[in-house]
Amino acid sequence: MTAVGDPPAAKWVGQAIKRKEDPRLIMGRARYVDDINVTGQLWASFVRSPEAHARIVSVDTEAAKSYPGVRAVFTGHDVDLESPLPMAWVPPGVEVNNPPHWSLAKDEVNHVGDPVAVVIGEDRYAVVDAAEQVVVEYDPLPVVTDVEAALAGGPFVHESLGTNTVHEWSLGGGDIEAGFAQADVVVERRVVNHRTAGAAIEPRGVLADYRAGSLTMYSSTQVPHFLRLFLALQLGISEERVRAIAPEVGGGFGSKLQIYGEEVLLAWVSRKLERPVKWVESRTEGMQTTHHGRDQVAYVRVGATRDGKITAFHTKIIADLGAYLMLLTPTIPSLGAFVMSGVYDIPAVQTDIVGVFTNKMPTDAIRGAGRPEATHMIEVLVDQLAAELGMDRLELRRKNFMAPDSFPHETAIGVVYDSGDYPAALDKLLEHFDEQAARREAPPGKHRGVGYSTYTEICGLAPSRATGPSGFGLQTGLWESAMVRVHLTGAVTVFTGTSPHGQGLETTMAQVVADRLGCDPANVEVIHGDTGTGPQGLGTYGSRSTAVGAESVAKATMKVAEKARRIVAHQLEAAVEDVDVIEGKFAVKGSPDRGMNLAEVAGAAYIPENLPEGMEPGLEELAFYDPENFVFPFGAHACVVDVDAETGNVDVVRYVAVDDCGPAINPKLIDGQVHGGIVHALGQALFERIHYDEDGQLVTSTFADYALPSAADVPSFELDRTETPSPVNSLGVKGVGEAGTIAASAAVTNAVIDALRPVGVTYVNMPLGPMRIWETIQEART
Amino acid sequence: MADSVRVTVTVNGAQESAEVEPRLLLVHFLRETLGLTGTHVGCDTSNCGACTVHFNGEAVKSCTLLAVQADGAEIKTIEGMGQEGALHPLQEAFWEHHGLQCGYCTPGMIMAAADLLQRNSSPDEHEVREALAGNLCRCTGYHNIVKAVLAAAQAPHSDSAAPPAPSEEGRKAGMAVADQGLGA
Repeated sequence: MTAVGDPPAAKWVGQAIKRKEDPRLIMGRARYVDDINVTGQLWASFVRSPEAHARIVSVDTEAAKSYPGVRAVFTGHDVDLESPLPMAWVPPGVEVNNPPHWSLAKDEVNHVGDPVAVVIGEDRYAVVDAAEQVVVEYDPLPVVTDVEAALAGGPFVHESLGTNTVHEWSLGGGDIEAGFAQADVVVERRVVNHRTAGAAIEPRGVLADYRAGSLTMYSSTQVPHFLRLFLALQLGISEERVRAIAPEVGGGFGSKLQIYGEEVLLAWVSRKLERPVKWVESRTEGMQTTHHGRDQVAYVRVGATRDGKITAFHTKIIADLGAYLMLLTPTIPSLGAFVMSGVYDIPAVQTDIVGVFTNKMPTDAIRGAGRPEATHMIEVLVDQLAAELGMDRLELRRKNFMAPDSFPHETAIGVVYDSGDYPAALDKLLEHFDEQAARREAPPGKHRGVGYSTYTEICGLAPSRATGPSGFGLQTGLWESAMVRVHLTGAVTVFTGTSPHGQGLETTMAQVVADRLGCDPANVEVIHGDTGTGPQGLGTYGSRSTAVGAESVAKATMKVAEKARRIVAHQLEAAVEDVDVIEGKFAVKGSPDRGMNLAEVAGAAYIPENLPEGMEPGLEELAFYDPENFVFPFGAHACVVDVDAETGNVDVVRYVAVDDCGPAINPKLIDGQVHGGIVHALGQALFERIHYDEDGQLVTSTFADYALPSAADVPSFELDRTETPSPVNSLGVKGVGEAGTIAASAAVTNAVIDALRPVGVTYVNMPLGPMRIWETIQEART
Repeated sequence: MADSVRVTVTVNGAQESAEVEPRLLLVHFLRETLGLTGTHVGCDTSNCGACTVHFNGEAVKSCTLLAVQADGAEIKTIEGMGQEGALHPLQEAFWEHHGLQCGYCTPGMIMAAADLLQRNSSPDEHEVREALAGNLCRCTGYHNIVKAVLAAAQAPHSDSAAPPAPSEEGRKAGMAVADQGLGA
């Protein structure tokens, strides 16, 4: 008999079908927050601090209040909310300094862009004019922007704390001292992983509509369910009276995994004025106040025997957390600690993290969130170690790979990797990539370099027992949910608690459902991002929406299928165990002409004249799923660069990647995730940098200054896959949304260093822009 | 705030007329005055290209133009490119080749690509990448966008007829406001 949870025969899973989402998007008919307006709607514009650190002496709002069309101006002291903005991570036993962070600063500003007042009025342009009429007197305070200076002493971002240290947190396993004692060679590097922006092309937007005791909020968010919860808590509204809607969301990359002050404040304003209120950030506001990512200085040490066996890996991470702690701010570096072994069998691994305040925008999750930083340290250090040992880089990697037969593999720190075959991924990469041939094709006058990255990551966030309050300390579970409704006509609506914003889950989930119900994905609609529909959910981030979200969908669908089989068995007078999905029907095995299609089953369920004894009518099921473990995607990437030593310019001329996220549900969508992920990391490695000057002024506050890669800056990619199923879920799947970003910065950095070894360069930190490269070459030559 | 000015523009073949503030950006005129929200705003500095539309047959960034500069002009937006069941070849190709993820940059990307294909009906990969350098996408890594544009170049073109130039009065009104700068 086929039990609930057994995989069905795949017809749709594995197919590279076109996306169900696309028609509305390619015709310009989608609805993002800024496309939604409500009758009676007012507009908000913020007055933001031009100072990085200052006391607010006075705020004069009189001129702004009398500006035509202005309805109200509020400052920090006008807002009578009791709780500061939320931070949801407090690991047991770890002391975390968490000064109050308000939606409008009350007495002090701590970074450029910190909001001081909000102007509310009838017209989108006029509120901006009026905001310019607000006069704020600041008393500047000393500024600290360098994370190591901030750690060493004052000035203090929050004077009352008497320190800039946020917290200290360590995770280790094995005997780290013995590991280094056994090492013949120890390589140490100071690895800087600079600050970047998520830079979703859709700016953040919020529309708050409070009426008659209930709040509806449209927000460009990845986490509508968290948003509902925190709006309820912050405003003191009972949770069932809050509806949060993430409509079409134009990219997130972690930057919309947040509870922002603007969301809370606009809800408060809408309640206060009894009018809907909308705000959409300008790009400059976004660069100033949409949370940043990365920004770590790490002192990394790796020890190995002369024959290349890694004996110990230690990193001390100094994490620049910015001026306040937002939703997950102090967690982010820790996510890297869980995979600080990388793909290697290392007997002793230790990560020590210190979080530090500076007068900058807070950092939080940006694509990969802690794991790109970890992979970068590991993979760059492995290359450095190979050079020190005089050993081939890939030979060193192979020598230390966790053995394919060692899975599930418990690492030194006790994390259990679900499945993996790292040599197979590297072998497959080398089927596509001939390093010696690539070197021979170098153009004259350029330095050609080749770099590799063999990576794993931890994703599919869940499981609650590991991440929750008594484990890692997140103040939430991390399960996911799905509800599957078969309509009378046999059409299917799926409600998922995830909140996709470009990943294509409407298509992926429809494929999962279609195989299990014998229907066509075209007739499966996936609804997401609205707390007013479907079950509780937790949103889209951490490459969780397939491994946790689609698995919930599979589970709910199997419950529907099980009920359908009982109905069909009853109606056709067959044994339940003989009924299965066969060629688009629930049919009797061995006599496939005896069967009912989904519409016929639904008809029997909704016009319940002949159901099995005691069966409820209807055909709709709910499932909640909390995995037993994380999932660990992996792969091997190769990057070829040409460096112009005269200008310092780096061209990525070839990029080959083999990734393993388990059995592919939709190969087209997986490739798309990898492409985007790689370019996100190439952007960081080569072009992008959030740069504050020493006065705390944000130098890169527009897309004219913050260099996102364009189509002309990157090559096309050569991709392949291996498919190693995860034992964690019935689909066998791992995540893929962050994989490319986690892998790629090390590959390109290693390629650039490889290119420059002939001129004496042995190491360089990102960003690998022309100036940095040129200076590094000059230093090496002198 | 200056007095409002009447602007008459042909958008996707239909004549539209409205009184607008002289400083109103063309993109806001399209989105908020006319309700054509397929054209997006991503950066305010003309870097991202999400606001790209066709102005008298050529791609422009509509966050860089004032509505009054479009007086008398012929504008085409993503809504004018194709409909359900009758998609533009570029729309078909973006769908077929997964040239979009979140979709926010997509309308501008399609309008910029259409502009390229009007000028160069069989571009190579390098030419496509250079032509799209003013349109930023954070999701796709461009790989499939480039693939889609190259594929669309092979498909039959449905709208190569050039729209008419702006009227002389419209052009003068626009230039007069542009000469005053943006401080109006």
